[in-house]
Amino acid sequence: MRYSGFRVFAQGLTGNRGWRPAWRKPAPRDAYDVVIIGGGGHGLATAWYLAKNHGITNVAVLEKGYLGSGNIGRNTTIVRANYFLPGNSEFYSHSLKLWEGLERALNYNVMHSRRGLINLFHSDAQRDAFARRGNAMLAQGDDAVLLNRADVRRMLPYLDFEQARFPIHGGLYHPRGGTARHDAVAWGYARAADRRGVDLIENCEVTGIDVENGRVTGVQTSRGPIRARQVALVAAGRSSQVAAMAGMRLPIESHVLQAFVTEGLKPVIDHVISFGMGHFYISQSDKGGLVFGGDLDFHASYGARGNLPMAEHVMEAGMTLMPMIGRARVLRSWGGIMDMSPDGSPIIDRTHIDGLFVNCGWNYGGFKAVPASGWCLAHLVATGQPHPVAARFRLDRFATGHLLDEEGTGSQHNLH
Amino acid sequence: MRISCPCCGPRDRREFTYLGAAAYLDRPDPDAPAPEWDAYLHLRDNPAGRTRDLWYHDACGSWIVVTRDTVTHAVLAAEALA
Repeated sequence: MRYSGFRVFAQGLTGNRGWRPAWRKPAPRDAYDVVIIGGGGHGLATAWYLAKNHGITNVAVLEKGYLGSGNIGRNTTIVRANYFLPGNSEFYSHSLKLWEGLERALNYNVMHSRRGLINLFHSDAQRDAFARRGNAMLAQGDDAVLLNRADVRRMLPYLDFEQARFPIHGGLYHPRGGTARHDAVAWGYARAADRRGVDLIENCEVTGIDVENGRVTGVQTSRGPIRARQVALVAAGRSSQVAAMAGMRLPIESHVLQAFVTEGLKPVIDHVISFGMGHFYISQSDKGGLVFGGDLDFHASYGARGNLPMAEHVMEAGMTLMPMIGRARVLRSWGGIMDMSPDGSPIIDRTHIDGLFVNCGWNYGGFKAVPASGWCLAHLVATGQPHPVAARFRLDRFATGHLLDEEGTGSQHNLH
Repeated sequence: MRISCPCCGPRDRREFTYLGAAAYLDRPDPDAPAPEWDAYLHLRDNPAGRTRDLWYHDACGSWIVVTRDTVTHAVLAAEALA
């Protein structure tokens, strides 16, 4: 069923009785060309681009829980392309371009909103660094505007401009940055992949990966064995456990990252604002809730909820930046499990086992990367060659020293 | 989360700084081949469940090996390092 304004209108006149489930619930078949482990944003996007760009539709996506039950639903929904390093810059730029055509491509409303992202700076040195980053973004073909204090004050009058500790000197404005509806991204890719014949198999936990003579031959699952010529691990949050089934140790340590949402309010925050000095970023959802997040809890964790010290720190940062937030009441908080890589950048690569691919290490950046991640992994699986914009996301870059350390904080998992 | 510092007793998690997995203690020989150093520096078991990791108590300067559960956040043991 194709979605359209006319369809909504016609259904509204006939009691909305004609809607059908957005995807099938097939039983797993004995064999597929490609098996994707993980039915989150990245896995579903990979399935869709395999079908759409490469005509490979004999594909199964295996999901332990329900589709989109992982980090695709546990983030702060920010979409941006404001990276600096070659390797990251072209990848996220490609992703943003895909976001901008995503709803038309998927025939699904993912509520992508280019409301603009503003990164605040608080010193001359930070201004220089942001000017340089802005130039890198412009050189990449994306947009960036350096704002002075008066500009920021005009756009964000509710910030505390009088504070002494982190005086606001200006901001780097990325007009094409924004947000999207997180669940809808998973649902949109799922529905589009299903329409192309991909089998989306929920409640199907992979319990083993079969390897014979250095080549992957299939997977063992809670719903029986499935043979496959190619297998892609797309299980960020549980990457290490899935890779261990193939005898691999990954350069990943899992950390919990918390986020919060307030009760619904009238429109008050028009942009995405990031306050790096306080590890705080905020936007307002279409439902009216203020969605904000902070930094890692800074210890290895698989608890999909955080500890109170970081919750307190995030609230303090919010109060420091915009005292008006103190009037809002927090409704919920949640934690997502981040694959932290040693340099803070992701991995999309083949492994030492033929036919086995890995997509992991998304750190904080997984949500905005969903379209390009799926695009590039599908390209790698289908052609055997890395996509040019993801060619530096190599699994062996830590051993060879070709790090992509965007923050320049060092090659250690807990520093990003 | 509270960690029992061997010097100071049970203290709030805020007083501690996390370094990483206790595998950092198994430093390879300086002449060890590169893959061994790569594994030491970058590769992690990253268990979901019981793990051992290194923490620094900012208040008293102790390095501590903490045994804890990464899923429940339960702290099971804390021993002074050396």
